[in-house]
Amino acid sequence: MAEIRVQNLRKAFGDFVAVQDSSFVVEDGEFFVMLGPSGCGKTTTLRMIAGLELPTGGNILLGGEDVTMRRARERDIAFVFQLFALYPHMNVRKNIGFPLLAQGMPSAEIRQRVEETAKLLRIDHLLNKSVSGLAGGDRQRVALGRAIVRRPKCFLMDEPLGTLDTEFRDLMVHELRELHNRIHATTVYVTHDQMEAMSMADKIAVMNHGVIEQFGTPREIYDRPATMFVADFIGSPPMNFLGFAGGLARGAKEILVQGAKVAVPEVREDIAPADMALGIRPEHIRFDDASKLRGAIYGTEYLGTTQIVAVETADGIIKARVPAEIRLAAGDHVGLSLNSARLSLFDKGSGRAVRTAIHDSASQGRAHHG
Amino acid sequence: MSLTTAHSVVAPSANAKLIAGTIIVAYALISIVPLLWIFATSFKTPPDSIAYPPKVVFQPSIEGYCNLFTTRTRQTPEYINSLGPATGFCDETVRKRNMVIAGPSNFLPRFVNSLIIAFGSTFCAVFLGTLSAYGFSRFKVPLADDLLFFILSTRMMPPIAVAIPIYLMYRELGLSDTALGMILLYTAVNVSLAVWLLKGFIDEIPREYEEAAMIDGYTRLQAFWRTVLPQATTGIAATAIFCLIFAWNEYAFAALLTSGTAQTAPPFIPTIIGEGGQDWPAVAAGTTIFLVPILVFTILLRKQLLRGITFGAVRK
Repeated sequence: MAEIRVQNLRKAFGDFVAVQDSSFVVEDGEFFVMLGPSGCGKTTTLRMIAGLELPTGGNILLGGEDVTMRRARERDIAFVFQLFALYPHMNVRKNIGFPLLAQGMPSAEIRQRVEETAKLLRIDHLLNKSVSGLAGGDRQRVALGRAIVRRPKCFLMDEPLGTLDTEFRDLMVHELRELHNRIHATTVYVTHDQMEAMSMADKIAVMNHGVIEQFGTPREIYDRPATMFVADFIGSPPMNFLGFAGGLARGAKEILVQGAKVAVPEVREDIAPADMALGIRPEHIRFDDASKLRGAIYGTEYLGTTQIVAVETADGIIKARVPAEIRLAAGDHVGLSLNSARLSLFDKGSGRAVRTAIHDSASQGRAHHG
Repeated sequence: MSLTTAHSVVAPSANAKLIAGTIIVAYALISIVPLLWIFATSFKTPPDSIAYPPKVVFQPSIEGYCNLFTTRTRQTPEYINSLGPATGFCDETVRKRNMVIAGPSNFLPRFVNSLIIAFGSTFCAVFLGTLSAYGFSRFKVPLADDLLFFILSTRMMPPIAVAIPIYLMYRELGLSDTALGMILLYTAVNVSLAVWLLKGFIDEIPREYEEAAMIDGYTRLQAFWRTVLPQATTGIAATAIFCLIFAWNEYAFAALLTSGTAQTAPPFIPTIIGEGGQDWPAVAAGTTIFLVPILVFTILLRKQLLRGITFGAVRK
């Protein structure tokens, strides 16, 4: 197993820049997820790490070794494809053993390694079956088996659960993470599904338009989104934004939103007079008739333990997640109380988060900064 | 009366089925009757074959096949009587017509020529076609579209348009009337079809298979050999049939460029007519035997052939 270091990686296809100046480090044994909408460059980045695409610029180091321009077969990595890429003309045993055959391993040893791997994945009873008859989950396990059997430096996975139905997907998310906990393989996992990313990752990189918007733990990314894109992309429903006017000095603890004073985490940088946005997660909103910030109920979505309430305010609709017991009717006027400790401030022009007390409190107790 | 299934696809009505069935049966009859007629004629005696009205019921005879495989000379009855007893059925039949067998005819060597040239050129065309189709399918080939069009354009002109230059070229190069020359020529004609057909088939095989193999430690050529080729067998078989049918049936170039040692069956069969009167049963026998290899090949690979014909019509 090895650490993956990506430095200023760049890929252009003609005029189209797929990946811009990306840098990140995947530590040894870490489960790293690249998350973003389709076309954001995450798969291209993965393919460059694999050696299936050559970068336009930048470096890729695998275990300290520069492999930027090496061929895929010289990198000692394993790749799990979205469509599994199981060879239909081979049975399960041959599929899993295929990478070992390339190394010229004696067939008795291949047999033993394949069987060990199959046991680990609980597919040993399928070894002599044809891959075309397998169910989605089992195909996925065979594809994983083919990756694990070689004990490579790292695993790269390109939306491996994308084609499974929801039920299987939840099962496989659990299984993948459990597998990772057992073998501690450095893993780079690409997905557009935030649920997969949040539940599996040690670290997440959120990408958009070829740029890494934020790099951090799932908790950092959820609680302290670095940009409005990240705030909007992560969370279901996503973070709400309410506009306010900038022009605040360092140390400010209060802003004016739609005529109401709202307490915010202490601002740690000067904010120029510009259009700003206050970011609030739906679960950080409570209904409080005493609040000056008001709106009218637009609709509700009942989810069992909680409900999502859409509230129409002077600055558009915002969504609140409140206990399901609260009875509300469309058109009711409510006051909105925001959890001041959990608010984010953004510059609407650049989309970047303003530095506030939440960032400083968070960096205490963290060994290093991403 | 129309039925609607659970998938709400409207099932064809009984009338529609009847009409479709009638058309298919009529088309099959129109296609098959000439073949059956040739097959029947090959078992007629020469007088039966030119009888008017044509005989549908007749006494079968293999005289046509005897005549096809032999050359005969006319002799006087006295000379024939002076010979010993007939050595076989053919000998006996021929003697009844006041003739004796002089030796084997050229049909067998011509037929073997056809086999060598057709299978040889099919192999070359499919081999080259598979490699270039893979290249066009997987790599960024500069001017790929123009090159593909150029390859196809060789198929657009009638053979007679290039016949004279090829004839002159072949004479200079000493390729006239050689099996090698014919294999090269048919390969050149078929490779365009092979590239286009196979490119379609290879495009359908996801790149992930080779990429997976290359990541797993194989070179591109090994990945091609172990993952692409096994999955392209259907396409290769379909392409091979089309190439084989063309090379097997080709007449114009064969008539022009071969006359002796490398002559194929198609230009040879019509020459039978001239030998000792209009020997239709022998011609029919030659045609019947000529049909057999294609028939066998097509029946063996009929699934792939169907897939080749309906190629692109159904997406998986």
